Order: sequence, then structure tokens, then C-alpha cells
Amino acid sequence: MKVRWVAAMLLFGALSVGLLGAAVGGGPGGERERRASVGAGSEWASRAVWACDRRKMVIVEGVRAGEKIPPDRAQQVADLLTSLMRYCSEEITAKIATNQRITVAANGRIYENYVPGGPLPIVKASFGEPTRREKMIWKAELDKLVAEGDRLFHSDELGTNGIACAMCHPSASNTHPETYPKFQAQLKKVALLRDMVNWCILNPLEGEELAYDDDRMRALEAYILARRAGVPLAAGRH
Amino acid sequence: MYRNDMTRKEIERALAERTPESQRLIESLQNCDRRHFLRVSLKYAGMAAAAGIIQPHGFQLVNVAHAATSASEDPDIAFRFAYVSDTHLYARGMSHRFARAALKAVEDVNALEPQPDFVLFGGDLAQLGRPEELALGHQIIKELRAPVRMMVGEHDWYFDLGEKWMSMFGADHYSFDHKGVHFVVLNSVVEKDFWTAKGYTPEERMAIVSGLDDNRQSSFEVGEVQRRWLEKDLSNVVGKTPIVVFSHSPLYKLYKPWNFWTDDAEQVQAILNRFETVSVIHGHTHQVLTNRIGNIYFHGLLSTAWPWPYAPEGLPQYTVQMSRSDPFNQFDGCGDGYVDVRESGRVDKHYSFWSRNPRSVTAQQLASGKFPGGGYDGPSY
Repeated sequence: MKVRWVAAMLLFGALSVGLLGAAVGGGPGGERERRASVGAGSEWASRAVWACDRRKMVIVEGVRAGEKIPPDRAQQVADLLTSLMRYCSEEITAKIATNQRITVAANGRIYENYVPGGPLPIVKASFGEPTRREKMIWKAELDKLVAEGDRLFHSDELGTNGIACAMCHPSASNTHPETYPKFQAQLKKVALLRDMVNWCILNPLEGEELAYDDDRMRALEAYILARRAGVPLAAGRH
Repeated sequence: MYRNDMTRKEIERALAERTPESQRLIESLQNCDRRHFLRVSLKYAGMAAAAGIIQPHGFQLVNVAHAATSASEDPDIAFRFAYVSDTHLYARGMSHRFARAALKAVEDVNALEPQPDFVLFGGDLAQLGRPEELALGHQIIKELRAPVRMMVGEHDWYFDLGEKWMSMFGADHYSFDHKGVHFVVLNSVVEKDFWTAKGYTPEERMAIVSGLDDNRQSSFEVGEVQRRWLEKDLSNVVGKTPIVVFSHSPLYKLYKPWNFWTDDAEQVQAILNRFETVSVIHGHTHQVLTNRIGNIYFHGLLSTAWPWPYAPEGLPQYTVQMSRSDPFNQFDGCGDGYVDVRESGRVDKHYSFWSRNPRSVTAQQLASGKFPGGGYDGPSY
């Protein structure tokens, strides 16, 4: 944790973590500000402002430690901290540049031009155990895609002759997705699972091939992989 | 009579002689296997056809995959019956791939010489139980030269609960005697009512049952009504009489999630136990499948439509698995076959694959407990 924190600070050019806070007007109740003697250069300066949860911090460029932040910028800082706190309970560091651009550092990565309230492509779980609610949401999302794949896999709508995938592959058996990619001799090329899915749609089902990024292809792959999760590789058997 | 070691010259000489012996040779030519067929060559096929002795189609490769030994050549074989099973026809005309496959099986069986005593149809004639599908199936089956014994499968049944099927083919369970063997045909795909409470339409009910891995359905069973009938039917049969039972589902418990299963299997087996020689021939599983429980020997049937993978668990140790089918070949893992009933009443089961070597599981192998696979280490795929 400490390593990541230091890395984030270095990325912003902050040379010390001994930051001191100062109250920021307009922020959520209980906010505290700490003062920091940041850097020695005279051509730049910055102040760090912490949110009340002690996990979100904004570095305000162009304001020296001890200096009062102008009201409009102070409001921007408060809004950013509030939105980050609403987003998650994990540690996030942000920077507001003199040109008002916001950069966010989280999970050891940098996200430029962040708009407060916007989504953050960060893996929250990497900070520790996801919450129960998060787990439920993720499972529901996964189940939704797998269920759609299950439906398609058992339906005749991908073909034209009534045949469905599950007629030869009950419970997604004999699909062995764990063996792809591989050179599929009959196709005379290296095949991904989706190439074989398309082959089956085209031939036994006499349907039309799906685009690789077709939602139905994603759903079929999701179903097959989910059903075969945990099936051990058996070399020489496939 | 044709022998595998005959040279071209010998065949040529025999054909030229036009004696009764050469006539038999010509007739037996169609039983030569693929490798020897090449040696015989089309020239002689043409000669035989020109002589009007046999139909030219007898020389097509589709026929020569059958075993070279005919029933009449082995004095221990009392009679032979053939089978076609699990055609799963859609009402989409004769050009649909499943209709073409069913016709292929009919051609195979019609090319058997001598003809089998009868042909068992192993169930699942239709895919969705529609009257049009059953009618198409009826039309195809009518092409068989030998008499047909029909058995019902779940795909024939759950659209109208057997109404159309029975109006076409008669009772769903019956028995008959043939050359000293007592044959019993069961409807083993009876399911407890899962549809009324849920308000499923006939189409929905059929769609659910037609999904092998659809767990909204119940399990297959023979049911009390037929068990009582079976007891009564067998009450006049002495224990030494060989019994052959046809059931669509395997009459034992293999894998419940796919209904490779009969819920009251133990009770049915208990009724059959007092007979010394019992064979059960079942459809539904679309694969080489062998089992033995005491005196009861079980054999599966090939489908003409598609092969099923083996179930992930529960495979009997008597089964020597067929290897995984080539998905790029529609006919691989599919086919038809026949059953030789020996004088003892025990049966040899022959699987006539369409694109691989034929396989046989003999009564002798099962009786000895020695089988070529040497045990079971889980499904191959």
C-alpha cells in the first residue's frame, strides 16, 4: 500500500508526503486541510487537500502551501472530493492543474482529463475485498450474459434448419473451450473458440456467421466458458 | 462363395463359369468389405449387373461397410434383426440433413442380404412431436423392405402425449414372440406431469422435453401401469425363455441430468430378474453404450441424426467408448446396425458406423466380463 502511495505522489511530482491541511470552504462538513511544505522550487507550488474520509486527496497546482485557495477553485476541489467519495471508498489521489484539468491516480494508474462524477476505469477490487454489494452486482451482470448465451445455445434462432447448439453439446459438453486457440486442421488455420462457434452456426445449423464482437457471440462464449469452468485439461483427449 | 483371399483371376474364372457356385460368389460379393471391394473392382460389379443377377447398387460403397459374415453363415445365429433409431426429423422435407440421414439408414438396411427378420425403430422418429414430422418419418420408414417394429421416444410423445404417434403406429407398449424369443416393447419415456401446474403449452412442454439438458422436466420412467402390464405379460412365460426388451431410455440409471436414466429401473429389472437370458436394447443415448446388471445385458443404439457425447459421470465399466466424432463430418459417429440373436437367446450387438469401422459387442464378451477397453477412466471428452 505504501509503495503504491509513494508512487502516486512521485507521479504528481510531489517530493514529500508531509502534507499539512487547511480548511476548504464549501466542502462537505468535517473536512480538514493539512499544510505541506511541498517542493523547493519557486516556479511551481501546490497544496494537498484531503477529504474527510482520509482516503481521497486533491493536489491543487498553482497554490502554495499556506496560501488560501481562491473560492472558485476551492469549490472545484470540494466537488471533486465529493464525487470521488461517492464513487467508492478506496484511496484515490487527484490533481487539479492550473489549466483546471483533472488527473486522477488510482490503482497505480493515471487517468487524464477526468470529469467529476464521471466513471473511473479502475479495478476497485485490487484495493482489497470487494463489498457484498459489489459482488452481487458483478455476479448479476455475469449471470445475465451467461443466461443469454444459455438461451441462444439452446435455441434454433441462430440457424435456419431447427438445429440448436445444445443438440450436440448438452450442458456445453464436448466444446472444450480450454483447448483454444489451436490449429484446427479442418479449417486449415489457428482457430479461436469463436471460429468453431461460427463453423457450427454455418454448417450444422445452416445459419449466418456472427461478427466476432456480436453480442450473441459474446454471450455464447460466456455461456460455454462459464459451463466449462473448472473442467481439467486432459492432454491428448481433445 | 467370395473369400477375402481370392485373387482377381479366381473371381474372374468363377464368374466365367456361370455355375451355381459362381452365382453364390456373385451374391456374396456385396458382402465383401471395403478393402476387398477395391480388389474385386467395378469391372465385376458391372458384369454381375449386366447378367441381371444383382442390382448395381449392391456394389456401392455404402453397402460394403456391413459385416462380411451373414447370419446364414454362422449356424449359432438363430436370426437377425436390424435397427434404425433416433432420426429426429423436422417437417422440412426430404432434403433436410436429418431426413437424408434417415433415408441413408433405410437404404443400408434394405441392402442387407439376407434381409433381417424385422427392423426395430428405436424411437425419436420426430424432433418436436409434430404430426407433419411423424408423417414424414412414416413415409421414410415405409421404404423398409423388412417388417418394422416401432418404439416411441420422448420426441414423438410430448407434443400431443402420443396421440398422433399411436394413431399411426399403434400401442406404445406391446409384446410379441419370434422364433422362441419373447420380445417386449416399452414406453420408457413417461414423465410425471411437470406442465399443468406451470401452465406450459403443448409446444412448450415438447420444447422442454426435447432439451436433453433442460432440467425443467421430470425423469423418465416406465410407470406403474406398464410395470403391472409387464408382470402380467410375463406371467405365462417360463424362466428359460430368452427375453429381449426394447425401451427408448436405458433401463438403468446412468446420468440423471440428461435423462440417460429410468427412474423405476430397479423395479423393472426386478420383474425381469427371474429370466435367465434378458437383453435390453435402448435408443436415446446416440452412442456405443454397453452395460450388464446380473443376467440383464444392455445395448444402446446409434442415431442417424447426431452422436451424443458421453455423460460426465456414471458410464458403465462395460462400455468401450467410441472416440469423439469429427464435427466436420455430419455422418461420423452416426449410423444404424443390427442384432444377431444366438441360439442361446443371447444377442450380439453390431454397430454399423457410416464413416468408421463397424463395431460389435458380443454376448460372449459380456458373459466373460472381459471387454476390450479394459475398464473405465471417465468420459473421453
